[in-house]
Amino acid sequence: MLYREAGDFKTSYVADSQTFPIAFDRYRYWAILAIAFLVIPFFINDYWANAIFVPFLIYAIAAIGLNILTGYCGQVSLGTGGFMAVGAYACYKLMTSFPDVSIVIHIILAGGITAAVGAAFGLPSLRIKGFYLAVATLAAQFFLVWLFNKVSWFYNYSASGQINAPERFVAGVAVTGPNTAPWAQYMICLVFLTVCAILARNLTRGTIGRSWMAIRDMDIAAEIIGVNPLKAKLTAFAVSSFFIGISGALFFAVYLGAVEVGEAFGIQKSFLVLFMIIIGGLGSIFGSFAGAAFLVLLPVALKVIGVDVLGWPTDLVAHLNLVIVGALIMFFLIKEPHGLAQLWRLAKEKLRLWPFPY
Amino acid sequence: MSADFLYGIEVVINGLMAGVLYALVALGFVLIFKASGIFNYAQGVMALFAALTLVGIMEGQVPFSHLINAIFGTSIHHFGWEVPALFAIFLTVLVMIVFAWAVQQFVFRHLVGQEPIILFMATIGLAYFLEGVGDLMWGSDIKTLALGLPQGGSIWVEEATAGLGGDDFYGFFIDKLDMVATVVAIILVISLIAFAQYTKQGRAMRAVADDHQAALSVGISLNFIWVLVWSLAGIVAMVAGIMWGAKSGVQFSLSLIALKALPVLMLGGFTSIPGAIVGGLIIGVGEKLFEYTIGAPYLGGATENWFAYMLALIFLVFRPQGLFGEKIIERV
Repeated sequence: MLYREAGDFKTSYVADSQTFPIAFDRYRYWAILAIAFLVIPFFINDYWANAIFVPFLIYAIAAIGLNILTGYCGQVSLGTGGFMAVGAYACYKLMTSFPDVSIVIHIILAGGITAAVGAAFGLPSLRIKGFYLAVATLAAQFFLVWLFNKVSWFYNYSASGQINAPERFVAGVAVTGPNTAPWAQYMICLVFLTVCAILARNLTRGTIGRSWMAIRDMDIAAEIIGVNPLKAKLTAFAVSSFFIGISGALFFAVYLGAVEVGEAFGIQKSFLVLFMIIIGGLGSIFGSFAGAAFLVLLPVALKVIGVDVLGWPTDLVAHLNLVIVGALIMFFLIKEPHGLAQLWRLAKEKLRLWPFPY
Repeated sequence: MSADFLYGIEVVINGLMAGVLYALVALGFVLIFKASGIFNYAQGVMALFAALTLVGIMEGQVPFSHLINAIFGTSIHHFGWEVPALFAIFLTVLVMIVFAWAVQQFVFRHLVGQEPIILFMATIGLAYFLEGVGDLMWGSDIKTLALGLPQGGSIWVEEATAGLGGDDFYGFFIDKLDMVATVVAIILVISLIAFAQYTKQGRAMRAVADDHQAALSVGISLNFIWVLVWSLAGIVAMVAGIMWGAKSGVQFSLSLIALKALPVLMLGGFTSIPGAIVGGLIIGVGEKLFEYTIGAPYLGGATENWFAYMLALIFLVFRPQGLFGEKIIERV
């Protein structure tokens, strides 16, 4: 009834090609943005920020990044953890080398550095495809983690091998360091996520996104109709790594504050982000959000139910968590290989005809 | 001969022995990949699960005791008996066969005809699931596998080779367990090849690997063959799990040997059993030699973590199908 195109007349090309062609979607979008920016920061407390919102926002950025590479360009990557580590360490080096420059610029630059590293590790993708590439990206994962462990220049020769985020301010408010208010953590991640999502959405709608999708669907055919595979694959690696680098920088500087590379950015992180986009939906920006939300909420919900309500031991709940995540992934792949995003699409199709379906 | 050179040879020998174990894990991958096109990431977790099950059965642990205790408030943990090793191995094989059947029945039967990458992701899900089930069933603490396999360096080899070098060479140090593992792996490979060549089921397995449609048309049950290869992969995983478990204890890190087997596969090609063996040996020797000659002296050590991947990556750029893989032909 509310959700339909009829009566929503477009009078300009700009209006015709906008992201949300249906009026209800636009209102919903603005409403969510308004709630996210104007309501939640006033009510957020330490628990909600640390357990749910900040990890969700950061993982959503990483999931968008990986979704561009895997979902849109079809190149499976298991190196996400390694690239997040590049973002984190680049941010750390920049923060400590140029303390007077704004942290926002550092995070963006960290994304840029990660993009360069990602493009370098993307070079073999021109020769190697499918599984072989997935395994080859593991080389990036293990090599980068080893590098940040062994070369002490990266952690400024600190004795513990950890990196610690010094306190930095945006407009006079601390966003990193131990004295950060929960709402400040939340806001900086939210701003980055919003910008990244808008960027990603528009990139995937444009020429470059179409060339990625052509490569994904069949690379040889795409090459024949004039898509340059070198350009398409390398830009996908670079753009994807840019987002992943930003999320790594935020993960280190804003969320954790102190990081040991093998623990925070190990192979498990790569799989976690991969699961997010599988469950959320490959090739969908909304899916990245949905998958990130799902996999951030699931352990929290299980912990609340298992530990707090039923009183089970923590390790037992952690094992159950593994079982449930694994079973869910298999279930999704069998029942709905396109993930939560597809369910959402189907729901929207139904809504259009509601309440009079034919 | 100089002592450095002889120690280099010792590194190579130890690398070969480690390579045999990599090859063993890689073999499980190849079996499943050839028959069903599934790239089974869960192979390493299967090794862990088999080893956990073996230890659990031998010690008479009650499966899922933590979960049962948490739900019903009881405190059971052991049945109070101990099972002899050989019988426990037999029971573990049965468990792996049931597991193979369940995987086929509940997961991969529903995914026939899906894209390979979807199948791959399903096996990652399976790996998580199995890891969680293993922990739930037997607990996640580090266990020792007391099968009575010989441990420690072989004094006999050390004394027999001590005379080769000068005064600063004390003979080759070779772990007895590695030697046993090598022998077991060789026996396993030979019996697998014999099985594939000379038995009816083995021939059917090869037929399925060659061509699904043709195999179906002569009356081979694909379902049965897939259960068979998953069972065989489970048994291979169990052997690998026993060897690694005896070496460093049965714990989560055991499942990471699957990751080590991936570059082996890339090097050898996903579809070749000889490739898995040769690839395993090359990786085993390569990473040990690299660590000995370049890694430890110049790069700060622990290069074994990534060397295999880098080697495979560089190798693949020149030969994308691996050493023995079938030539990749792409058509539009």
